[in-house]
Amino acid sequence: MTASKEDFLNNPLGTKTTLEDVLDAFEFLDDWEERYAYIIDLGKQLPAFPDDARTEENYVHGCQSQVWLIHHYDEASGKLYLLIDSDAMIVRGLAAIILVALNGKSPRELLTTDIDELFEQLDLFRHISPTRGNGLRAMVGKIRDLAAAEASGV
Amino acid sequence: MTDLSVANSASAAAFDVEAVRRDFPILSQQVNGKPLVYLDNGASAQKPVAVLDAMDRYYREMHSNVHRGAHTLGDRATAAFEGARETVRQFLNAGSTREIIWTRGTTEAINVVANGLAPRLNAGDEILVSHMEHHANIVPWQMVAERTGAKVVPIQVTPEGELDLDSFNSLLNDRTRILAITHVSNVLGTINPVAPLIAQAKKRGILTLVDGAQAVPHFQPDVQALGCDFYVFSSHKLFGPTGIGVLYGKAQLLEEMPPYQGGGEMIERVSFERTTWNVLPYKFEAGTPAIAEAVGLGAAIDYLNSLDRGAMESAEKALLERANQLVETVPGMEIIGTAANQVPVMSFKIAGLHPSDIGTLLDQQGIAIRTGHHCAMPLMDFYGVPGTARASFAFYNTLDEVDKLFTGLQKIQRLFA
Repeated sequence: MTASKEDFLNNPLGTKTTLEDVLDAFEFLDDWEERYAYIIDLGKQLPAFPDDARTEENYVHGCQSQVWLIHHYDEASGKLYLLIDSDAMIVRGLAAIILVALNGKSPRELLTTDIDELFEQLDLFRHISPTRGNGLRAMVGKIRDLAAAEASGV
Repeated sequence: MTDLSVANSASAAAFDVEAVRRDFPILSQQVNGKPLVYLDNGASAQKPVAVLDAMDRYYREMHSNVHRGAHTLGDRATAAFEGARETVRQFLNAGSTREIIWTRGTTEAINVVANGLAPRLNAGDEILVSHMEHHANIVPWQMVAERTGAKVVPIQVTPEGELDLDSFNSLLNDRTRILAITHVSNVLGTINPVAPLIAQAKKRGILTLVDGAQAVPHFQPDVQALGCDFYVFSSHKLFGPTGIGVLYGKAQLLEEMPPYQGGGEMIERVSFERTTWNVLPYKFEAGTPAIAEAVGLGAAIDYLNSLDRGAMESAEKALLERANQLVETVPGMEIIGTAANQVPVMSFKIAGLHPSDIGTLLDQQGIAIRTGHHCAMPLMDFYGVPGTARASFAFYNTLDEVDKLFTGLQKIQRLFA
C-alpha cells in the first residue's frame, strides 16, 4: 500500500482533533494512569501507515522504538501534511500529540511553533525519560527539517 | 527451640537485607512519587557509603599524582592506589599484581587484549565468541579481524539461552586462535560453564578471554582455577565507581603484548632514538590513572568481603525464584532465557506491548528497569525481538520489590486492555 494524497489530507490529527482538544483533555487527567491511558488512546488515532514507506529514508533515528515519518506538501493550500508510525504504543501517542500541534500547517507557521513550550504545558518532559525525550526531539527535528526545506523551496 | 529455628535465625542474621539497604543511600528515595525500586543493576549497580566515603577521604586527605611525587601525599596516594590493585588481585585470586591492569572498564579491557593479540593473528585465523556476547566482546574482535584477515565466529545458543556445546565442539578447529566468551549473559542471566570450555581451548593452545562484567556482581571468580588467559570486568557493575575496570592477564602474555596507548607512566625511558616500555602493569597504563576510582573499587570489594557472600547468593536466588513464580500472574508475559544456571536477571516480553512501553510505565511507578537491545543485537535477532524488558536484581533488592515489579506489570496490562 502506498500513501495517497487523501491519506495525508484525511489525517484527523491537527485537523479534526485540535491542540485545544488535547490541552482541554489533559487538564482533567489527574494521575499518570489517566494521562497515559489518554496518550495511548491518542496513539490509536494515527492513520494506517503504508507498509512500503517503512524504509531507511523515512526512519527517524534517535528513538528507542522504531519510528517512521513521511510527508506530503500540498501545493494548493501550501500546507505540510505528515504521517507517523511506531511499533511502541506510547510513542504512537506522543507522535499523535506532535501531529496535533504540527500537522496541516504551512511550513512557516510550523517553524514558528514552539513545541517545547507545548510539551512543558502538557507536563510531558517531566514524565518522560531523557532517552524518550530525545526520541520526541528527533521526530520534531525531522519535521522541522522538512518544513525548512519546503519553506526555502528545496 | 528446635535446631531448625536456630539455623534460620542464624542465616537471617548473616544477611539482613534491610541493614544492607541502609548502606546504599540512593535506594531510600522517591521517584515519581513512589519509593524507588531499582532493578537496573545489570546496567549499573548502586554504591555503598563505604565507596563514597573512601573516594571522599581520598580527595580530602591524600590526593596527589601516583608513582611520581617526592613527597608524602604522593606516597599516600600511591599506597592507596596500589593497595586497591592488591585488593583486586585477591578478589580474582590472581598470582601477582603485575597481572592486574587498570582500564576504563570492560570495554577498554577487551580492546587492550584484542589490540595486543592482533600481531599473532593471520588471515583465516578464527576468533570464537558466542551468540550471546555483549557488543563489547564482539566489535573489538571484528575490528582486529578486519585488520588481520581473521574471522569472528559465533558459538550458537540454544532456545533456552544456554551455550550450544555441540556448536562449540564443532567450531573448534586448527584455525581457532582465541576464545572470547562471557561468563554471564547480560540479557539472559545465563552462567556459562566457562571452565570446561577453557580447558578444551587450552589443550589446543587457544588463548582465552572471559568477560566477567555480569558475573562479578553475583559471585567471585577464581582466575587461576578457571585457567583463563584474560578476565575482564567493570567497577561500576560491582558497586564501585564508573570510569574504571580491570584487565587480568597472565603475566607472560601481557609481557609479549604491545602497549595499547603511548604516553606518560607506561614508559621506562624515552628518547627520539628509542623508547622502552615500563614493566607490568604500568606498561598498559598510559597517563595519570583514575586514582580515586581505583580506591573506590577497592572499597567496594572490601565492602563485599564484609558481607556473607554465601548468604547473599542465597538471597539473590530467592529473588529470581519469586520472580519466576509470579510470571504466570501477568498474562502474555514470556521469559527470554530459561537456563538452568542463572544469576538474578530476567529478560521478558509481554504480548502486545513494546519493551519501551513497559519501561516508561514502570518508571511512572518508581520502578527502574532496562529496555532495548542491551548491546546484544545478535541475540535479539536470534530471539526475533527488537528488544526486551530486563529486570536485573542485586543483593540489596527485596522480595517486596519483586512483588512490586509484578503488581506494576499487572497495572500496565490493565492500562492497555
